[in-house]
Parts: sequence; C-alpha cells; structure tokens
Amino acid sequence: MSTPIEGPTPFAPQTSPPVPIRAPSPNWSGYLGEGYTLRSWLTTHDHKRIAVLYMVAITVFFFVGGAAATMMRLELATPAGDLVSAETYNKLFTIHGVVMVWFFLIPSIPSVLGNFLVPLMIGAKDMAFPRLNLASWYIYVLGGLFTAWALIEGGVDTGWTFYTPYSTKFSDTNVVLVILGVFIVGFSSILTGLNIIVTTHKLRAPGLTWFRLPLFIWANYATSIILLLATPVLAMTLTLVALERMFGIGVFDPALGGDPLLFQHLFWFYSHPAVYIMILPAMGVASEIIPCFARRTVFGYRFMCYAILGIASIGFLVWGHHMFVSGQSMYAGIVFSMLSFLVAIPSAIKVFNWTATLYKGSILFTAPMLYALGFVGLFTIGGMTGLFLASLALDVTLTDTYFVIAHFHYIMVGGSVMAYLGAIHFWWPKISGRMYPEMLARIAALTIFFGFNMTFFPQYLLGWLGMPRRYHEYPPEFQLLNVFSSTGAAVLAVGYLLPLFYLGWSLFYGRRAPANPWGATGLEWQTDSPPPKHNFEAEPVVTRGPYEYDPVR
Amino acid sequence: MSTIQFDNPLERRAAASLGMWAFLATEVMFFGPLFMGYVHGRIAQHAAFAEGSHHMHIVLGTLNTAILLTSSFTMALAVHASQQGRSSFRTWLGLTALLGLAFLGIKGSEYWMEAGEVSKASGPVLKFYFLYFAMTGLHAVHLSIGVVLVGWLWRGAKLYGRDYYSPIEVAGLYWHFVDIVWVFLYPMFYLIERYAK
Repeated sequence: MSTPIEGPTPFAPQTSPPVPIRAPSPNWSGYLGEGYTLRSWLTTHDHKRIAVLYMVAITVFFFVGGAAATMMRLELATPAGDLVSAETYNKLFTIHGVVMVWFFLIPSIPSVLGNFLVPLMIGAKDMAFPRLNLASWYIYVLGGLFTAWALIEGGVDTGWTFYTPYSTKFSDTNVVLVILGVFIVGFSSILTGLNIIVTTHKLRAPGLTWFRLPLFIWANYATSIILLLATPVLAMTLTLVALERMFGIGVFDPALGGDPLLFQHLFWFYSHPAVYIMILPAMGVASEIIPCFARRTVFGYRFMCYAILGIASIGFLVWGHHMFVSGQSMYAGIVFSMLSFLVAIPSAIKVFNWTATLYKGSILFTAPMLYALGFVGLFTIGGMTGLFLASLALDVTLTDTYFVIAHFHYIMVGGSVMAYLGAIHFWWPKISGRMYPEMLARIAALTIFFGFNMTFFPQYLLGWLGMPRRYHEYPPEFQLLNVFSSTGAAVLAVGYLLPLFYLGWSLFYGRRAPANPWGATGLEWQTDSPPPKHNFEAEPVVTRGPYEYDPVR
Repeated sequence: MSTIQFDNPLERRAAASLGMWAFLATEVMFFGPLFMGYVHGRIAQHAAFAEGSHHMHIVLGTLNTAILLTSSFTMALAVHASQQGRSSFRTWLGLTALLGLAFLGIKGSEYWMEAGEVSKASGPVLKFYFLYFAMTGLHAVHLSIGVVLVGWLWRGAKLYGRDYYSPIEVAGLYWHFVDIVWVFLYPMFYLIERYAK
C-alpha cells in the first residue's frame, strides 16, 4: 500500500490543466447551500440535487433487496427448509430480484452518477430537460410505492422474470401490482436516458468533440440508448401479462392460439440488454478511476469507445441464450450462441485496455481504485463463466443451476455494485464537498471483495455439482459450500453497511474537499467541491482529450 | 421556465426536437410487443384473423383513415405557418384537434357496435379482437394526448411565432407519429383477405 492521502492536494498539480484551476470560493456549500428545507429538495430542478434524491431512494431499495437476500442465505445455511416455507422463499427471491434489478441496479449509476456527472463532465449548466429530470425521480418513487404496496400485501412469487403461464394463470400472489410498479419505474429510466442523450448531443462545451468525451459519458450515452429502446418493450410485455391475467386475452395462452415462448422472447429482448444497462455504466466508472490512480492516459481510448458501442449493439441480438432449453429452434440456438461469443470480444478489449492502462503506471491503492480493480477482476471471472453458459451443450446441464446465479452475480454485484461504490467514493468529495475516511473506506472495499468472493464462488461449485436455483432446501452433501456462501454473505453485509455509516459521518465531520483532490483531469474537477448551482463560473473551453495525465511522477 | 442550460434559442429548439425524436423511438418500441403478438397470431391462426377482419366496419375505418391523414396535413400546415410567422397557424391547430376528435368519435362508435360481437367470439378470433382493442385502444390513447396537446397550443397561441415555434414543431412530430401508427393498424385489422368476399 502506498502512503495514505493527507493534505489538500496529494498529487502534483497538472502542468497544463485544461482549464485554469480557480481559487476555492469562500462559499463552501455550493449547490448544497441553495436551500436546506425539504421543499427546496423536492422541487429542485438542479441535476445535482436530483442525483442526490436518487441516491437516497436507491439506497433504501438496496437494503430492502439486501434484507431479502439475507433471509435467503439464512435459510440456505441448513439443508432442511426450516426457517421459511417454500412459498415465502419464492417470494423472497422474487422481491430480491425485482428490487435489485429495477429499483437499484438499473437506476444506480445512470440516475445517480449519470445525473450528477453528465452535465459537469461536458461543461454544461444542467441537463437539457431539468423538469423532466425531476419528474423521472417522482415516477421512480411512484413505482417504488406500488412495489412496496405489493410487498405489504404479501409479495409475489413468480421470480423477477414473470414467466408465463405461471404468472398469468397459476400464481395467486400480487402479480399485477408488482407489474404496475415495474411498468411505472421503467418510464423513469426512459426519461433519464432521453435526458442524457439530448444533453450529450446538444450541451457539450466548446471544443469538447465526441472523441474528447470521457468514457463515462460514452458509457452512459450507450446505456441511455438501450434504456430508450429496450425498456418500452418490457413495459408493453408486462402490460400484456397483466391484461392476460385479468381478462384472459390469450397472446401468451396456447388455448387461444397464443404462445408462452413469445413471452420469453419479448422478456429477454428487454432483459438481456438490461444486463448491459447495468454493466456499461460500471465500465465507464472503471475507465475514469483507473487512469486517475495509475496516473496514465487510458490505453486505446478510441477502441474503448467502439467497444462500448459494440457491446450496446450486439447486446440487442443475444437474448436467445436465455432460452437454449426452452424449446426454441436449434438453429436459433446456434446463432444466439455465436452472437453471445461475439459480445465477449468488445468486453475483452475493455479488460485488456484497463490492464494495459495500469502497465508502468504509478498506481495508488485508494479506496476507489480498490473498487475499480475489484470490478475488473470480478467482471472478468463473471464474463469468462458467461462463455460457459453461451456454449449450447454446456448450458443444457448448467441451466437453472447455481452456476448461473454465480455468473450473473459476478457481473451484477461483483461488477456493477463494486463500480457503483467505487464511483460513490471517487466522486464523494465532489458530491458532498467532504473527504471520506480513506483507511476505513479501504477496509470496507476489501471486506466487500472478500465477502463477495466467499459468497458467490462456492455457488459456481454448487452449480457445477448440480444444485438447482430457487429451492429452499437441498440434499445434505451441498451443505458445506452453502455454509461458506452464507458466511460470505454475512461478511458482505458488514462491508455494505460500513460505507453507509462512514459516508454519513463524513457528511458532517469529514475534512473539506478541495476542488480536485485526486489531481484528476475531468472537467468536473475544475469547479468547486461541491459545485455551484450552475456548475461553472464561466463556460469551460476544452482543448485536449480526456485522460492526459502527466507521465509517472 | 428556466432555460439557463441553453446558450441560445437555436440550441433549445434543437434539443426539443431531438428529445421528441428520441421519445418517438421509445414509442415505436413500446408498440413493438403488440405488433409481435399480432405477427405471431397472423401466421399461426391466419384463418381466424381473416374471419375477425371481416367483422370490422370497413367503411368507418376507411373514413377514419382519411380523417387522420387530413389531420396530419393540417398539422403540417400549422407548423409551416408558425415557422413563417403567420397567425393562421392557430386555425390549422384548431382544425387538427377537431379532426382528431372526429376520429375518436367514430372509433368510439365502432367500439360500441363491436362490443356485442366480441361476446360471441371465442378462441383465436377472440385473440384477434383483443389485439384489435389493445392496439387501436393504445393508439386512441395516444391520439387523445395529441388532441389535448394541440388544444393546449391552440389556447396559448399568443406565445408562438417566428421566434419561438418549437413546441408546435415538436407536437407536429408527435402527431405524425400517431398518424403513421394508424397507417399500419388500418390494413392489419380491416383489410385481411377482403378480396375473398
């Protein structure tokens, strides 16, 4: 480990910053000082305040989803189904999935950090449509209330995938209510995506050409396109499920000539790109943090951009790999398998480029860097095991086992959540105007890394041995690995609770942050921490690329 | 309304226009699963769909198509007039909204007449009816929003002119989109194997 960070500027200042660094303004509170009442927050049009509103809301849902996961891991600590009944267990994994996917992961980086950073990084005063931006938060809350209502009414047991005909004909739980919640929250993502697209196109500072954009912007831009094109498909598909459930209209019902497989096609047409909605912004975050703490420009910038676009476009064409055993045409399976291998290429380009960025860098293991490096490693493991599942023959044995669970948790939790936490730490000085306690943050990052691996690596082995997902009891020979996994989950829970406390503490007692505590090159670091209401005192002019860090000190 | 994020009115207009195009892309995908459901049914239960189609009120449907296409024409005239700074755009907006209302009225009377036939239908024909109600219903909801939007612009016509017409332009984009959806729906539901009779 290198020296801990002390003092206002731990790094040598840039020899030629893109914009002259301004003297710190006497007004330390920036946008946070624009109003202290609840009303001033709930009626704000400031993208930075809306980002904070989102952060609070998704944090609540993160711990709701986490509580459900905790119950599941407790149940699975013993082979017998003794803690909760099978029905309750079904509801637990459903609510865990629904909440984590739609109420945490999808809005996490785009709606919190995208909202906060997109205008700052491109030198704009706000998003293109500030009122729409606030509306999207209210839509999110409304969707959340419906889902919470469904929870109070007794939950839902279909799994987050709502497969027909179970969801349309047989489940006697609150399917329609949850679908309504997911439907509503979808429009919140769509509006955020629309805002990011228009803002990126129209509000870039003079001189900020497309190939001078930070990769975080590229990633969020590509994500927004997916949000815009995929989310409405889910909205309509779930509407059809709800209508079928209420009126028996038959699009998915074989008795009326409908087809349950059509549901799976439509659902995964959304839900596979949704995986990229969750991982692309995380890649954007890693691409900001790694160059900063390696003190090097990102390796292969243009290929990073192309890889983002490649992932976003090929991601639309691989949905059938969720349906290899569903009875879809074998030839469709072959094509989908091939395309799924294809999407690994741009992903691998990104991993190699992050690694090459580190080469001969002057690496500082700060907390955000620990998260970013953890992200790269875990994403690589998750991605490689994804190739197992993309192989037709292997997938036949691995489908619906814990191997799949472990695979997508390595991407979603090991990838996206690590990156989200890394981003929260990296930009915390900008968001709150305070420094977080560095040593504690490093401990939390490592706790999360070890807890995560301990939770999910045994699940690869369990899946390989044939333990199926979505059961609340299992044969005794699986117990050892399950106990490992449950213990890891406890460590992970501690790791997730730590930032909640020390970040909360730092809000009041943390050291005041300078404008650019990391010596980073992004435009967002050229304004105060926290930034003033309209971000910049004068519109910045950009004259160079995004990661021109000085050579190693 | 604060527009501090824009450097000039031109940038604001371009943002509004791009925003609407992006929204329409979402709308296309929103209608998508219904079209997929239709395509599946049309291939798998071709005969039932043809039978259902013969129950449609083709005269009213054709009349409605003409009305909606005309309304797109008047909408285009409204946009053009506002860009030229002519006050006649208000008249064209009013006419557009009225044509939209006429469409909705006729569509409503069709629904009224079809309600009885639906109760007699069963199996795949019922599915045809469902898709018909779902798709034309969703279209009608969109059109109603369009009518409210255009009516609102008509009421606040004082605000718009040569210097500031992007709301009218953007509403026009939306209106044409709703019109184009109908251009697909009309043959899909009214014109299946009409030549056979």
